[in-house]
This record gives sequence, structure tokens and C-alpha cells, in this order.
Amino acid sequence: MSLDPSYLDYPKRGYGQDMDRYDWALAKDRAPVHLASGAKIAAMIVVACEYHPIDPKKAPFNHPHGMITPFPDLRHFTSRDYGNRVGVFRILAALREAGLSATFALSAALLERARPLADAILNDGHEIAAAGLHGDALHHAGLSEDEERALIARTREAFAAAGIEPVTWLSPARQQSFATPDLLTEAGFTRVLDWESDQIPLPLRTSHGPLSALPLLNELEDFKLLVERKQDEASWVRQILEAKDYLKTEYAARGASVLGFQLTPFVAGQPFRITALEALLAGLAQDTDVWCAGADVIASAFER
Amino acid sequence: MTDPNLYDYNPYSARPKIAWPEGKKLAFWLAPNIEFYEFDPPRNPKRPGWPRPAPDVTGYAQRDYGNRVGHWRLMEAMDRHDLRGSVSLNVAMCDHCPEIIEACAQRGWEFFSHGVYNTRYSYEMDEAQERAVIEDSIRTVEAATGQRIRGYLAPALTHTTRTLDLIAEYDFWYTCDLFQDDQPQPVKTKTGRLLSMPYSLEVNDVITYGQLAMDPWRYADVLKRQFDQLLKEGEASGTVMCIPLHAYLVSQPHRLRAFETALAHIRAHGDEVWFATAQEIAGHVRDHYWDAIQDDLDDKGLKTGGTAFDAWSQP
Repeated sequence: MSLDPSYLDYPKRGYGQDMDRYDWALAKDRAPVHLASGAKIAAMIVVACEYHPIDPKKAPFNHPHGMITPFPDLRHFTSRDYGNRVGVFRILAALREAGLSATFALSAALLERARPLADAILNDGHEIAAAGLHGDALHHAGLSEDEERALIARTREAFAAAGIEPVTWLSPARQQSFATPDLLTEAGFTRVLDWESDQIPLPLRTSHGPLSALPLLNELEDFKLLVERKQDEASWVRQILEAKDYLKTEYAARGASVLGFQLTPFVAGQPFRITALEALLAGLAQDTDVWCAGADVIASAFER
Repeated sequence: MTDPNLYDYNPYSARPKIAWPEGKKLAFWLAPNIEFYEFDPPRNPKRPGWPRPAPDVTGYAQRDYGNRVGHWRLMEAMDRHDLRGSVSLNVAMCDHCPEIIEACAQRGWEFFSHGVYNTRYSYEMDEAQERAVIEDSIRTVEAATGQRIRGYLAPALTHTTRTLDLIAEYDFWYTCDLFQDDQPQPVKTKTGRLLSMPYSLEVNDVITYGQLAMDPWRYADVLKRQFDQLLKEGEASGTVMCIPLHAYLVSQPHRLRAFETALAHIRAHGDEVWFATAQEIAGHVRDHYWDAIQDDLDDKGLKTGGTAFDAWSQP
């Protein structure tokens, strides 16, 4: 048994990245960014309101929040739906109480199904981002470019029909194809939450102009910490506030940075997690070095 | 992607308030699961009866410990806190362990069906088979206790697309199989008035001890926080809190005392809480709020018509 000899060919071996969406650069070497507001940390709270179908294709894989048991998986369908029906309103109330702005990434499938949710988000002045069609409409390299273009177009149409023109995109399960960034800018998106290559917004090269990649930290996602890794609520809150405090220590040398983390309504919106959520948001709101805003506003602030 | 159309979207903000009897803010119920797992169950095509090949001796023995040892511990703890249970019952328990059923019935506990055995799943059943399980449930519990059951939690949370319509047709008042809400909500069945009854998976001891690996004290803390939040919200909305339990888990000797601290915490707020059975809660909402909820949905333009799984053809 042996591999094809080409397996040991390294055509892209050389200085810098092996792809051309952005160039290699050390964070320590760039000019520090100082925000007009004087804030040291831009906190980007992304509330991911996704619709997870009860009859998923799971192609090419199951969304981490998707169905688990055989059809009809009433258990997971309704547990996820709890977030968009009940839990998210607790998150909205907690954000209102703390006076913080966030980015709500919505599946297009929720716009008709749960219109009062979009209205509540907009009434509170938060940004709405597009989270694709739904949790099972994955973008991946197995799709033709036209198939993926159609997914994005249908998402755009659904938002347009709801009177919403999002500029920020979060892919379902944060999965992309090689073409996704090009197709996103072609459809008018200018911010993306799938790439967390840097601590500040990073412009990706695309066929239709720059796409700003804002760092949403996978390692701070509520579902990952609280459900997959079984950590407790106090530790979840402590880790996010520790990240905030650590980034402040870098400010003198590296300038302002983005602290992006996800709240998932069926996780963070559970009754027994609300006091922890309130403590987390208070920890951000009470820190005068922290400025909390939507993804688009944060990206713009770093572009100045 | 097809919407199962189980219920209409009903955002938790700005709903008409559900007022519980005597102005209580929160309706609280305890759901001990009293289950029988067969030593050598037949194989369902969609799911094996045990994770290991039968006989799965440790799995079987731990569940039997729940019945032989754990149940009495839990029941006596509930006696100490003057709390009744609404039993999620594998109805074959009436045949296998009647002493337990008798002791619960004497205490005025409610029974609802959790199928015949927890090792007999609904997957792939035809309509006649699923009707047989429901009819067996009604008949068996009635014979053992005199109670007409009004609630259903499908065995091992396994369903078909017709489960909800069937139980509604048999005049069940509530299902514990839907987890979308902290208040009872109308389910879109072809007939009847079926409510989804909050039966939390999040604070279910199977999830907290099994899936989330909590220790007993963390579980007690989670229960207290769950209660505090739902009580706080209940003043404006009228909430339900359920703690689903399994004696083979919660009644382990290292766990029961921590659990009792949560019961004591909840009991200490007795003047604000309606300690009820699931059937009492469902009855109250069906009698006083079914139409109000429907009218509110109508006013808000949220009713979409149709019934659950109407987009699926029934095999």
C-alpha cells in the first residue's frame, strides 16, 4: 500500500497563506487601531436565531444544533424552536436591561414563520444579519456555484420581502464553499461572521470587493461550552469576561480589538441561565473600556 | 424543509396572562418517570432496546434499582415536602410492580402514559398498532387505579407523525412531547383540545446527570435558578415549571439530599406557587384559556391554519 506520489508534492508551499482571500501578516506588526469612541474593546454579541428543520437532509453533515433522533424528532425540533419562541425574548430583555446592542443572525425561514421576532429585534435597535435559509441549508463545496448562488438569492429575497436588507452574513453551521465569499459580495453582503482569523476585522478579497471578516470566537460559543463541553454557567461567564480583561491588557501595544461571541437562544435563553446571562452583560456594560455594537457598525469603526 | 405545523408561532412577549388558581404565579409539577426496561426486548428497526447487546446487565440492573430501592426513597422525600407526583408511567409497571402503583395512587398522584415499556418504541408502528398502545394505556391504568389518563409522553420520546392526532382523538388533554414553551400551548390536532405541557428536558435528571454530567449540588442549583426565574416571570405571564425525574438517577444515595434542598427552596415560596398535577394544569388552561390564546393568535395574525404534519402523507 502506498499513496500516489503527488501526495508529497507541495505546490503552495512558500511564504504566507496557501489561499488568496487575505495576506499573511502578524497581528503584532500592524499599526494599532484606536477607535473614535476611545473604547479598547468592541464587543460583538451575535444572537444566532436559526430554524432547524425536522426533516433535514444533513448534507454534507448535520448542523451541530440539528436533529438527532429518527424522524419525527419532536424532541430536538421543539427544543430548538423554544429558543426562537421563548428564550430569545429573555435575551432581548437582558440586552435592553444592560443597554447593549447586538447582532441577531436570523434564518430566512424565520421571517415569515416568526415575524414578531424580527419586529422585536428591530424595535430594540439591534442589527439583523442573514443566517442563510435555515440550519439545514448548508453552503459547501459539493454545491455548484449556481446552486449556492441560488441559496443566497433566496435568502436575500426572503429578507427583502420582509423589508430587511442585511449586510452581515453568518453561514449555517459556519460552513462555506470555496466560492462563498465571492457569492456573498455579489449579493451585496459586506460583513461575514464565519472567519475568525484575526482579533480585528479582516478584509477578505472577493470578486465583488472586500468582505470584512469579523472574529466570532468559536471557543466562546454558549452551545459549545455549556452543552458540548458541559461547563457550568459561572465558568462560561468568567471565560468571556476574562477574554475582555485580557484583550484590555493588549490595548497599549496592539490597540483596540473585537470580542465576538455567540448566544444561542435555546441555550442562553433557558430560565436557569438568565442570571448568568445578566451577569455577563452587566460585566460588559459596566466596563467603560467596552463598546458594544452590531457587526456592521463595528466593522465600519475599524475601517476608519 | 417542510414545517411540521405542530402549533402556531406565539412569541413569549405580550401574551395574555394565564392566571393560576388563587392568584398563584407559577404552576409547579413533579413528573417521576416510573419505567420498565425489558431484559431482552424485541428489536425496533430504528433503534435498539439497549446501547449494548442484550442482556445489558448494568443498564437493566440500574433501572430496576430505581424501582426496588429508588422509587420509595423519592416518594418518601416527596411526602416530606408534601408534594404529589404526576407519574410518567410505562403501563406494564401495573403488571410487574403493582405495589408501586398502589402506593402512588393512595397518595392521590396522577398517572399518564409513557407507553407500555420504555424498550418498545413508536417508530414504524402502523395506525392500528399505535392505537393499541394508547388503548392499552387507558385500559391498564384505569383497571389498576380507576383513573382515566389524560396525558401522554411517547415511550422513550419516540413518535410517529400521527401520535398527536391519535391522543387528541382519545380525549387526552396534554402531551409532554413538545418542548417549545414554558406555558401550556394549543397543539394543532385534527380533533380535540390538546395542549403541549411544559415538561423540561433541560432540568430532566436524565439530561442533567447523563448528558450534562452535573454533580448533585450543581443540579440542585440549576433547579433553584430555574424556579426563581420562572417564578419572577410568572407574575406577568403565568409560567409552568416541571421537574422530570427518574428514581434510578435522582434517588441514588449521593444525590437525593442535594435534590431535596431544591424541593425545600421551592416549597419555601409556597404562597406564590400552585402545586398541581399536570392534569389539573391542563384542565385549567383548557377550561379558561384555550379560546383566549386562540383569539390572541388570531388578533396578531399568527394563525396559519392546517394541522400537525398535514404536509406528510400517512403511510
